[in-house]
This record gives sequence, structure tokens and C-alpha cells, in this order.
Amino acid sequence: MKPVFQLQQVNVRFGKGARALHALRDINLHIAAGERVALIGANGCGKSTLLRVLHGLLLPSSGQLQRDDSRGHAMVFQRPYLMRMSAQNNVALGLWLRGTSWTKAKREAEAALHRVGLAEHAPRPAHKLSGGQQQRVALARAWAMQPGVLMLDEPTSSLDPHAKREVEALIQQFAAADPDMTLAFASHNLGQVKRLATRVVYLEQGRILADLPVQEFFGSQVLQKHYPQAHAFVKGELV
Amino acid sequence: MTSFTDSAATALDLITSLDPNLMAIVARSLWVSAWATLLACVLGLVLGALLGVGRFAGRNAVLAVLNTFLAVPSVVVGLVVYLLLSRTGPLGYLGWLFSFKAMVFAQTILVLPVVTALTRQVVEDAEGLHGEQLQSLGAPSLLRSLLLAWDERYALLTVVLAAFGRAISEVGAVMIVGGNIDGFTRVMTTAIALETSKGDLPLALGLGMVLLLVVLLLNLLVASLRRWREGEEGAQGAVAPLEVGV
Repeated sequence: MKPVFQLQQVNVRFGKGARALHALRDINLHIAAGERVALIGANGCGKSTLLRVLHGLLLPSSGQLQRDDSRGHAMVFQRPYLMRMSAQNNVALGLWLRGTSWTKAKREAEAALHRVGLAEHAPRPAHKLSGGQQQRVALARAWAMQPGVLMLDEPTSSLDPHAKREVEALIQQFAAADPDMTLAFASHNLGQVKRLATRVVYLEQGRILADLPVQEFFGSQVLQKHYPQAHAFVKGELV
Repeated sequence: MTSFTDSAATALDLITSLDPNLMAIVARSLWVSAWATLLACVLGLVLGALLGVGRFAGRNAVLAVLNTFLAVPSVVVGLVVYLLLSRTGPLGYLGWLFSFKAMVFAQTILVLPVVTALTRQVVEDAEGLHGEQLQSLGAPSLLRSLLLAWDERYALLTVVLAAFGRAISEVGAVMIVGGNIDGFTRVMTTAIALETSKGDLPLALGLGMVLLLVVLLLNLLVASLRRWREGEEGAQGAVAPLEVGV
């Protein structure tokens, strides 16, 4: 498969000198088109930083990053930022910023909101929607861009269980609708990782300590034998 | 005390009878400060928004200068504008000294740093919280600053009102560049200073009451805006605490 991301010895440091924070250390990662990669690890391990590097929001301090930009990238954050305007305009804004005319963007936004089950909420002020609905608007905004790569930074961690299921179902729906779409997401929810990912990357203190297909990660002794730290993390999370 | 109560009673008479002299001064004051606030906002909101998002060499120095200008006394602004507009000054050819325009110019200079600095703070905070998401949608920094300023429009409305409050209550700058000419450049604050020194306390007190009333109305407006905004924010979708599930 064609690589979408290729990272070689990528490091990210915040700040300078002795007080610098080394957020990513010697990351080597190859992600092919259509892969569904879950980034897991404890808080502060570098999952979000890695997603930001992949999305182009952060530049590596050193190392090489190759990215296939032939199809667009979109990212959904843990707490989506929706402007003080209608849900439809929020979705249209994303398209308009990528060069679509406002009229066409509004039309496509309507279709995207319909797809996430929020058609009737299109004219409502986005910030008056519930947390789950806001995340669905954010997903609609990302989906409307028809991205080749969709990045999700803990998209359900601030939602209640019902909203979490809705949002997760939508992600599955998007992924099923476009098998070529690459999905990279950070999550603390191992059940969600099992359901959505085909591959799991475990990070600790900015390093990748395990990178395995999802079945091997969860369903064999490989983790316990060769990746004791990742195994301890998974055990801890499952308790 | 008798003199105060007598003066207050006469002042109230002047206000309730809509004394033409008093009303002319009040109208001129409002007009000068409204123009100054408008001009300062046109420039200051954009400049502040750009400073809130832009990162460039020397930005910290610019911010230090800007914050210093927040504390510049109005008489100093008046003096500088006087020098600029005086016959031998670089803008002397405009012939604005001791005119309505000179007062607007001086007050604009006075409140421009207020609008710029407060807007910068509002937009920078918004950029810290949401800038990354706008960037991820493809918004370059210039567009991002304008979008964030637009999104923070209610907070910026408070900035506008604060700027108007600063403009209408200052006396030093308009006194120096306007000259306090009766029926021409006399505004509330300069008239209060003059009438007090002349001993015409009722008019001074009447103007003082109107000025207080204007400032009070502004404060009420700011408070209602804040309450309304908090109501809007409170209506946002509730977000459940962090959950970790399987």
C-alpha cells in the first residue's frame, strides 16, 4: 500500500535548554493508505503530539517526515471548537476555508449534517447543542472535506456513554464508507481501539514501545512476552 | 452644605428643563467621544486581533510599548497632539488645532492603545484555546485572527464600551487641543473644570451628574452584556467528566 506517512527518527521538543520537554523521541512510523491506527498510552506519553505532527500542526524538531497530501487531511479534537454561529455555518466554514464557495459549502454542510443525524439542528447555534451533538458537528465538518486521512484526538473521551456510542458509530460508518481513508486516532478506551483499529501503536514517554496489528496486541501472548510495559498498561486499563 | 444642595437643585433644574447650553455641551461630548471610539475601534480591533495571533520578531517589544501607552496620562496625549497640530508641527497644515477634529484626533490616540491591548488579550486567549483547530481547518494566521475576533465579538463589545468610557471621562487632552471654546469645543469635562473655577457650581454639578449618568449607563450596559453572555455560555452543551471505558 502507498505510504501516507513516513516518519524517520522524528523528535519533538518544546522549549530550550535544560527545561525543554522532549515530547517525542526517535519516532519511526510508517502508515499506509487505508490503515486504522490507534495511538494509546498514558496521559502525556505523546499521542496528541504525534497526531499534531502527522496533521502538520507541529513541525518536528529533528528527523524526517514525509506526508502524502494528495488527499486532504482533517482532524477532530477532544473538545471541538465551534464558532458562535449555526451548526450548518460551522460545517460550511471548514469547506470555505479550503476554497469552496460559500453557497456550495452551505449546501454540502447540510448534506454532511444530515449524514450525522443533525439535519434538523442545522440552523441552531452550534454552542447550544449538547456535547455529543457538538462532536457530531465536528465530525460532519471533517467528513464534509472528504479527507484521505482522518485524525481523531480522543474524540469521545469527554462524552457521556450514549454520545460516545453515537460518535463511535459515526466514525465506523465513515471508515466503512471509504476503505481508502486512513484513520489515526488517540484513545484511552481500549474497547474502542479494538472496535475501530487495525493496528495499535503504544507510546510511553514520547517513544513508540509497541506497534502491532490489533489482534496481536490484544489477542496473543506477544505483548506479554515482548512488550511488558505495553502489557502492564493494557492490564491496568482493563482493571 | 447649603451651597451644595442649592447647586444640586439648580443642576437638576438645568437637566430636567433640558437647558440648551447644557444639552449642547453634552451632545458635543458624546459626539466627540463616539467618533474617537469609532476610529480607535476600526484600527484597534484589527491591530489587536493581528497582534493576538501573529508571531514575529520584536512582538514582545511591541506589546511592552502598547501596554505602556495604556497608562499614558491624557494631558501628555494632548500635548503631543498639540505639538503635531500646531502651526509649526508636522500636521499643522491641516488647521485642526482648537477644533472638533483635533479633539476627536486626541481622544482617538488616547483610546487606541486601550482597544488594541484589550483586543489583543481577548484574541490571544481565544487563539490559545481554539487557534489550533482553526489552523487545522486551513485558516492562515490573518484570517484566523479575524475569525477569532468575530467569534469573541461580545467580549469585544465590552472593550468598545470601556474605550468610550475612557474617552468621555478624560479632560486633559481635549482641554489642550480643543481650547475649551464656548459653543465650539467645550465638552462636559472641560466645562466642569472651567465652571468650577468660575464658581458656577450648578452648571458644573449638572454636567457632573450627566457625566456620571453616562458612565453609569455604560456600566449597566457592560454588566447586562456580561450577564447575557454568561447566559449564552451557560447554555452550551454540557460536557461529561473524563471517562475511561472499555
